[in-house]
Amino acid sequence: MKRFLPGLVLLFAVSWIGANWLPHKVAKDDVDLTKFGKIPVLVGGRVKPLDTVARNSLLIVHGKQELRLEGGRRLSAMQWLTDVLFNASAADQYPVFLVQNAEVLGLFGWEQSDRKYFSFIEFSPFLKQIDEQGAQSEKLESVQRSAYQNAILNLRNALSLYQRLKNSVQPEGAENFASELEAFENSIPAAGRAASQRAAGEDFDRAKLDDVVVLIQRYERLSEMAYILAVPPLEPNGQWHSVGDSLLRSVGTGEIHPVVKQYALLGDAYRAGDHSMFNQHVNLMTAWFTKEHPNAAKRTSFEFLFNRLQPFSQSMALYVLAFLLACFSWLGWNRALNRSAFYLLLLALAIHTFGLVSRMYLQERPPVTNLYSSAIFIGWGAVIVALILERIFRDGIGAACAGAIGFITLIIAHHLAGSGDTLEMLQAVLDTNIWLATHVVAITTGYSAMFLAGMLALIYVIRGVFTRSLTKGTADSLARMTYGVVCFATLFSFVGTVLGGIWADQSWGRFWGWDPKENGAVLIVLWCAIILHARWGGFIRQRGLMIMAIFGNVVTSFSWFGVNMLGVGLHSYGFMQKAFPWLVGFIISQLALMAIASMPLERWRSFRTGSVSPRHPREQKLEPTVAGA
Amino acid sequence: MWHRLVDLFTSLKLTIICLAAAMVLIFAGTLAQVHLGIHEAQQRYFQSLFVWWPPESRGFKIPVFPGGHLIGAVLLVNLIAAHLKRFRLAWRKLGIHLTHAGLIIMLAGGLFTDLFAVESHMQLAGGETKNYSEDGRGMELAVIDVTGSDLDQVTAIPDTVLRHDRTIDYWSLPFRIVVRNFYQNSRLKMLSEAEDGARPVANQGPGAMIAVQPAPRATGVDERDVTSAAIEIVPKDGGSLGTWLVSDALGAPQTFSCGGRTWMIALRPARYYKPYSVTLQKFTHEKYAGTDIPKDFSSRVTLIDPERAVNRDVLIYMNHPLRYRGETYYQAGFQKDDSATILQVVHNPSFIAPYVACVIVAAGLLVQFGYHLVGFSRKRKAALA
Repeated sequence: MKRFLPGLVLLFAVSWIGANWLPHKVAKDDVDLTKFGKIPVLVGGRVKPLDTVARNSLLIVHGKQELRLEGGRRLSAMQWLTDVLFNASAADQYPVFLVQNAEVLGLFGWEQSDRKYFSFIEFSPFLKQIDEQGAQSEKLESVQRSAYQNAILNLRNALSLYQRLKNSVQPEGAENFASELEAFENSIPAAGRAASQRAAGEDFDRAKLDDVVVLIQRYERLSEMAYILAVPPLEPNGQWHSVGDSLLRSVGTGEIHPVVKQYALLGDAYRAGDHSMFNQHVNLMTAWFTKEHPNAAKRTSFEFLFNRLQPFSQSMALYVLAFLLACFSWLGWNRALNRSAFYLLLLALAIHTFGLVSRMYLQERPPVTNLYSSAIFIGWGAVIVALILERIFRDGIGAACAGAIGFITLIIAHHLAGSGDTLEMLQAVLDTNIWLATHVVAITTGYSAMFLAGMLALIYVIRGVFTRSLTKGTADSLARMTYGVVCFATLFSFVGTVLGGIWADQSWGRFWGWDPKENGAVLIVLWCAIILHARWGGFIRQRGLMIMAIFGNVVTSFSWFGVNMLGVGLHSYGFMQKAFPWLVGFIISQLALMAIASMPLERWRSFRTGSVSPRHPREQKLEPTVAGA
Repeated sequence: MWHRLVDLFTSLKLTIICLAAAMVLIFAGTLAQVHLGIHEAQQRYFQSLFVWWPPESRGFKIPVFPGGHLIGAVLLVNLIAAHLKRFRLAWRKLGIHLTHAGLIIMLAGGLFTDLFAVESHMQLAGGETKNYSEDGRGMELAVIDVTGSDLDQVTAIPDTVLRHDRTIDYWSLPFRIVVRNFYQNSRLKMLSEAEDGARPVANQGPGAMIAVQPAPRATGVDERDVTSAAIEIVPKDGGSLGTWLVSDALGAPQTFSCGGRTWMIALRPARYYKPYSVTLQKFTHEKYAGTDIPKDFSSRVTLIDPERAVNRDVLIYMNHPLRYRGETYYQAGFQKDDSATILQVVHNPSFIAPYVACVIVAAGLLVQFGYHLVGFSRKRKAALA
């Protein structure tokens, strides 16, 4: 059994992953939202599939990528978006809007209860009020706002986004939009004639002109409100337009864009419940895009797949499992569990890498471009180094570190994704692949290494103080690993920091500006330098090294997150306020462990005189002076 | 005695204490930026010998912590001294020597930059030409003899002089300037809109109808002090031409006559004149389609330098500055409605130091750690064999 365990575990994991990767079959008589979800649109400056827009919008408004209705019915993000786009009256009933702040609820005269989600209909009497309150909150800097002000502003933005989505491809509540458009197209020539007759001072048919004018005003509103630019250019280097904008341009050209017509037909079919008609038109649209914009069609198809696969969630699960297996390997069956953990980690890393590389392909950028992708990369880097350590030492420590760090960083990333498109476009000064690939990658690698060193130190302390499993061999191993990783961290943190300075010099004319983020980076380098010098001077030995490495976690988390929360400087991100209690909690936990590690060594369970752990007969008996002060 | 000093300055303990002090200082200075603003925090914590308490002068001040310059200086001395004492020419030590040599270059370069670099900015509207850049914070009182039709003679008095000297007596001026009041930051209001009892500080020019209120120093990143002063013009041959209000907030210069010549005075950002001129042809602000996210900023300017027969167009954009005659022009910002571009002009003779230092330290670290790594894997192989 023991011999087959690693293989069995791997097989189980691969089949679980594989089952997830198989495409879902669309029921014959259902609307083909898979095909519809792949249709390209332009939002936030980037061409993406409707599915991404659906997921991100629902995430912003609802906090999740899926909608659960009463009676247990579940709607996918794409289903929700399709209702919003074409069937607003139904969508208005769904309880999507997340509101938890009691003062916001009080604004409407509602008491706080278990209910967290509310529908648009419930808010409609209060829209003006919400808008005013939101506008007031917006005047303040995000760090100055109270919880209420942040909450009301979020609600306002969510409601605004929702209304803009409703008016993106057709006017909200329009019925028979396709015939409306047909009538519009047909009336344009006559209206044009009437307009020129009027301009020439002649008699003209007022009715013909008025019809079109009313529609033009309708489409102007549509153009102003649109969130999605759904209409691709007809010429090679043209621009994307919103449906409203495109219709206004049709007045000049006399022809309505084919994609606009398709959306209208789709909407009518959807509202009528005519699924086969809907699917027919989706197929036509897909064919059109494949012919006219093959590149966009290919990329959105891939992005749809990427959205569905959720590679980071999958590797997260595998990392947790691997971590548990590695920890259990210290209790018994160590070779079998060790190898199982190692195989799982390789699989998790492969999926993690797939996710990372896919993002690079979709964004056409080096791997780290924002806080979300920094978390993904830090996990990836740390896992690779930890696996190398595992391969060298083969004692489950590297594996445990890989599992723990992989899991934690992906959870952090998951929580950073709540503000919208993680594949967002980069602001002007960041529009440089060289520096993104060098400075940012180096600094994030430095972070990975610091966290890995910290994790190794935590294992040393926890195993040493609370269990008997920290034998001399293990302790020495851990010390060597930690020292090596700190050296690695020093190199990358230093080079990354200086490269950042050089980038700033090229960009703003000054190498160093004492910006909080810059200060955070140099704090890491200084701390690494102190560790190395203290060790070289004999001021610290094993236990001291571990305590200092744990503090490295504090310094690095301050540098990665803390500086963004201060509200000053070039790297300030307001939405970080929610993470502040977590950061404080983490720092306190690390300080507590440092304090525990400072206990006299004789009190550590592993170092009590004369204790020979019966579970490790092969390890030598530990002497109290060995591990050093 | 001498030995103990040498021991102190070459000790590793001193290094560690300095590094730890640097960490505490940087951490405190970073938190201080929240309410002081980057510039003020930088001056107080990093560009000083000591961090003083209390911050505003209350008649006394005591040093509570070494400042950036002191820590940097001690570290530099410590590093050089330790190396001189323990220098050993050995391959084993190559990594350490390289790393520390690079650090010395970086610290020295940083000090040079602090002392000698000059940062200013140049704001240009479309079609505008300027042959000077302006200081971000420092003001100057420009006293201009505009009598001649083809030449103006400018006497520029820095705000530091106005702040400290009561009377300014300069050979180029036929009058003395007596500083009645100096406000580092102020708020100006028309007398009619000011509170009752507010009196003007000047009796000549528009200043006679303006009330001036002192204000606390500006701390935000984009905020700047509005400096004002009330100055009395006292001709050297007797009499008084009255007291005038000069301020950053008063747009137009004020004119008076003295000694048969016409003079203009204005308090304006300190200017750095150049022997060449820059004209803005076009400023472009690209955004991503359908968003407000900035994609690119660029300024196309014409550089005209008669001394060197230069007359060419240059494109200045993000991450691509113009380097000319020891100064570098960066695309820094723009006016809200894209009407003007703002270029950052930096003169930093030691700009090359960090580049050189980075390469040397990186090489040193690679050698040092590579050496350890090789040693480690050799031992490992031997142990496993």
